[in-house]
Amino acid sequence: MTQRIEARFEQCRQEGRAALVTYVMAGDPDPETSLAILKSLPKAGADIVEFGLPFTDPMADGPAIQAAGLRALKVGQDTVKTLDLVRRFRADDQDTPVILMGYFNPIFVYGVDRFLADAKAAGVDGLIVVDLPPEEDDELCLPALKAGLAFIRLATPTTDDRRLPAVLRNTAGFVYYVSITGITGAATPDFGKVATAVERIKRHTPLPVVVGFGVKSGAHAAAVAQGADGVVVGSALIDALKGTLDSEGRATAGSIEAVTKLVKELSDGVRSVAKRAAA
Amino acid sequence: MSAQAQPNSFRTGPDERGHFGQFGGRFVAETLMPNILELEKAYEEARNDPAFHADMAHFSTHYIGRPSPLYFAERMTEHLGGAKIYFKREELNHTGAHKVNNVLGQILLARRMGKKRIIAETGAGQHGVATATLCARFGLDCVVYMGAVDVERQKPNVFRMNMLGAKVVPVQSGTRTLKDAMNEALRDWVTNVADTFYCIGTVAGPHPYPAMVRDFQCVIGNETREQMMQAEGRLPDSLVACIGGGSNAIGLFHPFLDDKEIEIYGVEAAGHGLDKLHAASLSGGRPGVLHGNRTYLLMDHDGQIQDAHSISAGLDYPGIGPEHAWLHEMGRVTYISATDEEALEAFQLCSRLEGILPALEPSHALAKVMELAPQKPKDHLMVVNISGRGDKDLFQIAEHLGNQIV
Repeated sequence: MTQRIEARFEQCRQEGRAALVTYVMAGDPDPETSLAILKSLPKAGADIVEFGLPFTDPMADGPAIQAAGLRALKVGQDTVKTLDLVRRFRADDQDTPVILMGYFNPIFVYGVDRFLADAKAAGVDGLIVVDLPPEEDDELCLPALKAGLAFIRLATPTTDDRRLPAVLRNTAGFVYYVSITGITGAATPDFGKVATAVERIKRHTPLPVVVGFGVKSGAHAAAVAQGADGVVVGSALIDALKGTLDSEGRATAGSIEAVTKLVKELSDGVRSVAKRAAA
Repeated sequence: MSAQAQPNSFRTGPDERGHFGQFGGRFVAETLMPNILELEKAYEEARNDPAFHADMAHFSTHYIGRPSPLYFAERMTEHLGGAKIYFKREELNHTGAHKVNNVLGQILLARRMGKKRIIAETGAGQHGVATATLCARFGLDCVVYMGAVDVERQKPNVFRMNMLGAKVVPVQSGTRTLKDAMNEALRDWVTNVADTFYCIGTVAGPHPYPAMVRDFQCVIGNETREQMMQAEGRLPDSLVACIGGGSNAIGLFHPFLDDKEIEIYGVEAAGHGLDKLHAASLSGGRPGVLHGNRTYLLMDHDGQIQDAHSISAGLDYPGIGPEHAWLHEMGRVTYISATDEEALEAFQLCSRLEGILPALEPSHALAKVMELAPQKPKDHLMVVNISGRGDKDLFQIAEHLGNQIV
């Protein structure tokens, strides 16, 4: 269902601002807390929520998301349970787009057709699968589009103009620009270069372009929002959550609030930058 | 046996997208894709350049010490009382294993591509040592990722890499073994994609690695064909090699795949037993996607990768090269397994009868030779690949056998 994604970007355009996209890991540190966090995100200012599918071997992620995935797996999180959390989120919230983000193997093992049907039924709007470049579109991208789920592509600093059309083909919802050559939660990007890159991508596509990797604060979010249609924050939220866990890795009274507090700061950052509303 | 239609040749793969049947492919992050396409192009050019082959031949002869002998293991043959057993002596290569064949090819390729920084993953440390060695020889920066658990159990090789000027990074993430070292190497590559060449140690990873590494290792099988013709006037009747990722095995097997009368056996690591902790991806796993390719993997119901176990760090990996997965499904190669105990027994037998200390990896192949050879007639020619020497394993073997070295 790309309508929810389109409607949300349209709403942000009307409000003359960039969108805030937040990432948290499903099942981290336990299923109920992760659902409570997911539910709290739109109220704190998130426009689109990404829910991470835990995987043992996340080759494009830094230490924060690696550890979050292992915490979730330790308490038995799996794809079936993650889809169930999305279903429960969707029961209360019909409007906020939900994007599942992860790696291909758990989806492949679940069975692509069955996964797409179940994800759609649960209320998922889009998928970001890190290890599926355009060269492997037959695997999931094309079946997802057919099933009515947006397959959101990552464009990176190494994606040159020659390659961009292939990367943008078959994509839907929005384009996710990875601000650095690197892993999640590592370096902070050069925001000037990011703005130039977003302009370059926008010459090739009418889709909104959001920017992630290395965004940690309200000030970063504001800097990215200057040029981009949306800002993605993940590792910083996971770090905020991790800071509240007890020595056994369990949630404490302050866990949810630590995340929402940072989301509010990021949301304020995004909203501090006025963008021209769509004509 | 598989019900799938048999191809005219088993040697034409992969297709242009890197697929061996349903296996292989290029499952990597977008950041790496331009680099992988650049590598594919550079390898294609090198493969068709006589100057590249001349360089390979020169260093193979004068630096690695090729060809490695094909040696008639007379006392092992007498002892087992069946097939006539030949050892392909890859353990006599410079750095002590077959790994250097592939590293030489990739380092010469990296030089052609103008890459100055080399990264590698290693399990037992043999691939790391080979990479550090050739980086020293050609003056390249070398960073080797090694699981913290493996750093602990393969200390001599860590010291060797340090002496060769490489930086060894102990990997603390995940299970802290080979698969995590590979994750960390991929993370490094994503971060330093512009100047860095990733030298993968086995026939796995995104296309073109499985095909490229195989091509560099095929020298093993090509030499074996010629040497056996010289020794016996005919081709062997069977081939046996151990399999972790599967580079020494594919190197021996590939030149013989279309000689359909030749029996081919790949030996996986059964660890404590196939019903317990092991590293036998074909015997105990199923198809999945990891580290850039689709292949057989050890994993749980949700596709989460499981810990492998083998006494041999070089076989301790929850996957296998995609071409092996395909050969398994086509039924061309018979994949069997040997336990830790069987490998230790074969190690001792080979040491005492032949005066050759094999590494724990080929000890798995020898364990199955001990089973297979007695069932064959005396004119049956069996080749086993002794892919590495056992010096690196002595501390660990001593511990298992209840001895103290000093």
